[in-house]
Amino acid sequence: MRNILAVAGVVIKELYRRKDFYVLFIVTILICLVMASINIYNDAGIVRYIKEICLDLIWLCSLVIAVATTARQIPTERENRTLLPLLAKPLTRVELILGKFFGCWAACGLTLLCFYLFFGALAASREHEWPLANYLEAGGMHWFMLGIVVAMTLLGSLVFAAPSSNSTICFVIIGGILFVGRHLDQQALKLAEPMRTVVTCLYFALPHLEFYDLRDLVVHNWPPVAWGYIGLALLYAAFYMILFLIGACLVFRRKPVN
Amino acid sequence: MALFVACFGLAARLSPQFEAWRGARATGDFFVVLLGDQRRMFASTFYAKADEYYHSGYYPTIFDDNTAFQTAHMAEDTGAVNSRNQGDEHGFLGPKRNWIDAFGRHFFPDRHSHLDEGGPAESLGGSGEVKEILPWLKLSADLDPENEQTYTVTAFWLRERMNNVAEADAVLHEGIRNCPDSYEIFFELGRLYEESYHDRPRARNVWEHGMVLWLRLDPEVPHDRRPALDLVDGWLHRPMKLVEEQKNNQLVMEQLATHLGELETKERRWPQAIEWFEAAERVSLTADRIRLRIDDLKVKLGEELNPVLKPLH
Repeated sequence: MRNILAVAGVVIKELYRRKDFYVLFIVTILICLVMASINIYNDAGIVRYIKEICLDLIWLCSLVIAVATTARQIPTERENRTLLPLLAKPLTRVELILGKFFGCWAACGLTLLCFYLFFGALAASREHEWPLANYLEAGGMHWFMLGIVVAMTLLGSLVFAAPSSNSTICFVIIGGILFVGRHLDQQALKLAEPMRTVVTCLYFALPHLEFYDLRDLVVHNWPPVAWGYIGLALLYAAFYMILFLIGACLVFRRKPVN
Repeated sequence: MALFVACFGLAARLSPQFEAWRGARATGDFFVVLLGDQRRMFASTFYAKADEYYHSGYYPTIFDDNTAFQTAHMAEDTGAVNSRNQGDEHGFLGPKRNWIDAFGRHFFPDRHSHLDEGGPAESLGGSGEVKEILPWLKLSADLDPENEQTYTVTAFWLRERMNNVAEADAVLHEGIRNCPDSYEIFFELGRLYEESYHDRPRARNVWEHGMVLWLRLDPEVPHDRRPALDLVDGWLHRPMKLVEEQKNNQLVMEQLATHLGELETKERRWPQAIEWFEAAERVSLTADRIRLRIDDLKVKLGEELNPVLKPLH
């Protein structure tokens, strides 16, 4: 466990030494403040469009940070020839994978914390209320969704040749799931066999990342989701994280390190 | 430095000529330069976004059954737009298809509500929340200034729920500048004059102008300076024949005529009121109710005329 935490700590340090997060965070703040400064028929109480824009940017930035950070972890170690000395220490391959995963996931959690604090402050400045349960659910679900993304990207970084190709493929898959994942079964019915069966199997097999998207509920001030359903969704996310991590460990076990 | 001065001088010399040039794309409108004709597509997307806000996020995607959302509900609720909606607005998601679908429905808005009725909380105290649709409507109007419905919907909600009559007035006048032949905007402006400013003469003027614009959609209607009531009289005495745009906008015509009829009734000008209601009856789906109103007005007219006519007998 100490080894895993040590590797994870290095990943987190790497995040705050790089400029990616700061740039994205400042850009998000600037865009939101500019949007908030627009005068809409002299009514300063209009807030939902700002909340939506802010949450959209948070989702986009967090996905960029999660995929970009994770995709370069192992390829960079290999490129810099630090992977072999790292594994020469009392550190197993499984521990390295888990360390990288927890590091990336924790780094995503820290960035989300900053983003959601800013979002909460921005929304509270107009709405004069702080629906903590809604924000906690939205942030928590978002973080677990990023856990699936991190695990998937980590597996991809061991399968695909370059971080760029891995990132691109991951973004396509994540975008596809978020936009059409919920409707794949309906679309499958319009297809002929054998594509119908393939798409239906895909619908049941892929991780439904759209479960974790509570943006509409937060933007439109819906009541919080029952905690039981949140718990089930988190278990669902944990299942896919474990699945992808097992896949990554299996692939990495046979992978040459130099 | 010399190069900078030369560039500045050249730019200053060419700029007025470029602005005067007919082929210049930089017309001053940022969206026209940036997007060209695609801005209309974006405008309709933002218009739909406003309707999505009106439903607090409960809105069909391109994969769902959207027959109940063909006409924006926020426009339908203004009472001046013909609805093309069919089907079940409460259940466009249909029955739960499988466990993933059933589970997923807990994580997005899954109940039909309107912001002016309190939104998801369903408390009318929150009906002012309807203001949240305005940013998207404003953006839609900026992108496509020729879409008259954007102005009428914006003005209606500004006036009705936000009590911001001055802004509603400004929006409608901007609409008239961009769409001078829009009877829908004139109808909404008349409502604003009548209901908010209690200025009946101005309301009558703009409604009559709206009526003339609607009647003149038919090329057979004369384009002279004849008063609206004369044009309506002529229209009532011709066989019923509507051009396509008139058929699609019968509701506005009915509303214009009914409002004019009501206004004349308040002023106790029974003959004019009867004529307006007869015009409304001609295009209305609830002609029976309007007929009852006309009969009632005829009785009132008779009561008023009886004392005058009796000595003549």
